[in-house]
Amino acid sequence: MRTLRTLPALFRLSMAKAMAYRGELIVWMLTSTMPLIMLPLWHAVAEQAPLAGFSQSRFTAYFLAGFVIRQMVGNWASWTINSEVRTGALNRRLLRPIHPMWAYATESLASIPVRSLLALPVAVLALALTQAGHLARHPLLWVMAPLAILGAWAIGFFAHVAIGALSLWMHQSIKVVEVWSAGFFIFSGYLVPVALFPSWLRSTPDWLPFQYQHGFPIDLVTGALSVEQAAHALGAQWLWVAILASLAMLLWGRGIKRYGAYGG
Amino acid sequence: MKRRAMRAATPAETEGSAGAQIQVTDLKKHFRVQPRAAGLRASFKALFTRAQETVRAVDGVTFSIEAGERVGFLGPNGAGKTTTLKMLSGLLHPTSGTVRVGGHIPQRREAALLDQIMLVMGQKQQLVWDLPPSDTFLLNRAIYQVPRPQFADTVAELTELLDLGDLVNKPTRELSLGERMKCEFVAALIHRPKVLFMDEPTIGLDVSTKVKVRDFIRDYNERYGATLMLTSHYMDDVAALCPRVIVIDKGQLSYDGSLEALIKKVRPEKRLTLTLQREVDDDALAAIGHIVERTEGQVIFRVAQDALAEAVSLALSTLDVSDFTVEAAPLEEVMSELFSNAKRRAEADEEPG
Repeated sequence: MRTLRTLPALFRLSMAKAMAYRGELIVWMLTSTMPLIMLPLWHAVAEQAPLAGFSQSRFTAYFLAGFVIRQMVGNWASWTINSEVRTGALNRRLLRPIHPMWAYATESLASIPVRSLLALPVAVLALALTQAGHLARHPLLWVMAPLAILGAWAIGFFAHVAIGALSLWMHQSIKVVEVWSAGFFIFSGYLVPVALFPSWLRSTPDWLPFQYQHGFPIDLVTGALSVEQAAHALGAQWLWVAILASLAMLLWGRGIKRYGAYGG
Repeated sequence: MKRRAMRAATPAETEGSAGAQIQVTDLKKHFRVQPRAAGLRASFKALFTRAQETVRAVDGVTFSIEAGERVGFLGPNGAGKTTTLKMLSGLLHPTSGTVRVGGHIPQRREAALLDQIMLVMGQKQQLVWDLPPSDTFLLNRAIYQVPRPQFADTVAELTELLDLGDLVNKPTRELSLGERMKCEFVAALIHRPKVLFMDEPTIGLDVSTKVKVRDFIRDYNERYGATLMLTSHYMDDVAALCPRVIVIDKGQLSYDGSLEALIKKVRPEKRLTLTLQREVDDDALAAIGHIVERTEGQVIFRVAQDALAEAVSLALSTLDVSDFTVEAAPLEEVMSELFSNAKRRAEADEEPG
């Protein structure tokens, strides 16, 4: 109950911080423009004929939707936690009667409005370029879309919290983010849509969390999935959310007993 | 080998400590560290073999503090003061021993405890650097569920007491150190905590701000009956605020009692200062007492309590004295002597044979 009442205030403060650090946010957004770079490459590849069902306009819809979704689900909690553990800045959060994870979550979510300033024009551009030809049609898909985007955010968030919590055991836990990022770049559909994977590799992403962070919500909003396929994938996505949330809480709960509360 | 603490009976001990606000029993915190010498060779060696050392930051401390007490927690650098405060506020998990604050075990970090306590660290801040302190006040209001009228009253009262005015609406980065520290106090006290742990709250502040902060802390303690535990390297802070002091050294308690008794015990002599109208030779002065310091026109003596009346009488009858004062030894001197005595004892303990 206390947490629910506190969330709006945490959100307001996080929004104010996001506004104060808008320059940093815009630079961060520019580092996540890979879909805009991949778009002309794949567009050229599909010039003569569609590739595994991907026409030029579908590539446009896929990568522009990918850019927008990436802006909405991006996370950096592991860097924040790592820094706060090493410097002792976590002390101030631990002294408050609310779990620090809520503060990290609102800080991530509160940046979405600022990031939308750049993402929304791209979304409008995508609709104009594809004449809205690749939008999901079934109303149930649009009911599932916000859940899929929230699930994509939650997978990244809990993975970052789990990696951040490793800082309570190892100083350079942040290197683990690079391992996670490598998995994301390869298996999420960020650089190459999963549908274009060679047949021997195509089922691998189904067993990993990465495509539920990126490729799945894109496929859902661009109408590439039936209602049944989307519901199945949504279930798998939220199973990953539950697994990663449990792992993050377990690592945090165990690790905090080792916290050195440095500084002061 | 454990050193025996110098002790004076505290109110908590004489009346029993069943209702103590803070109860600490045989508290220990040991850290495992990996020391490594400087240089490339040592770095390379550390890749294969890592020596481990145990640092006994707090090593069996026991004390209790009643509700509403103001206690100075003293010791040289590295004595274990901050580590103890971090355990009392739930940031650190003890290696062994028990701690109860307001009846709660701090490391469990239960909301019922966190609602009642606050740790203010002079070198760490909870204010957001690029936002005005008022934003943090609003956040704390929500987190601690402070009713709006109480919040408005508390902020108005604290900002007035600390002369903050509109400063609370300026970005924190634009405030001076003293202004920031005052805003830290407001943020820390919005929920009117019943137990305040303060670690060097006046560090880096100018003299007038220090005095203001001290008055403010005492006022808060008296007004709300809050329990205060304070560490400070500024003995003026301790003298002004804390009737009782707990001294720890090398993680062990070495004194627990009144500040007055500590001064008498460590430095029983008084300090007699004579202002002379004309210069006098050393032989005439030696008859009065041990000379601590001599400057032009002024001599400071150290004189035993029972010889004081005779020394003053002798000075007034034999010297051309224009003024004199008698006072206890400055606390800085007392603490310096206490810590150096402890160091000598520890070195003697470590000597073989």
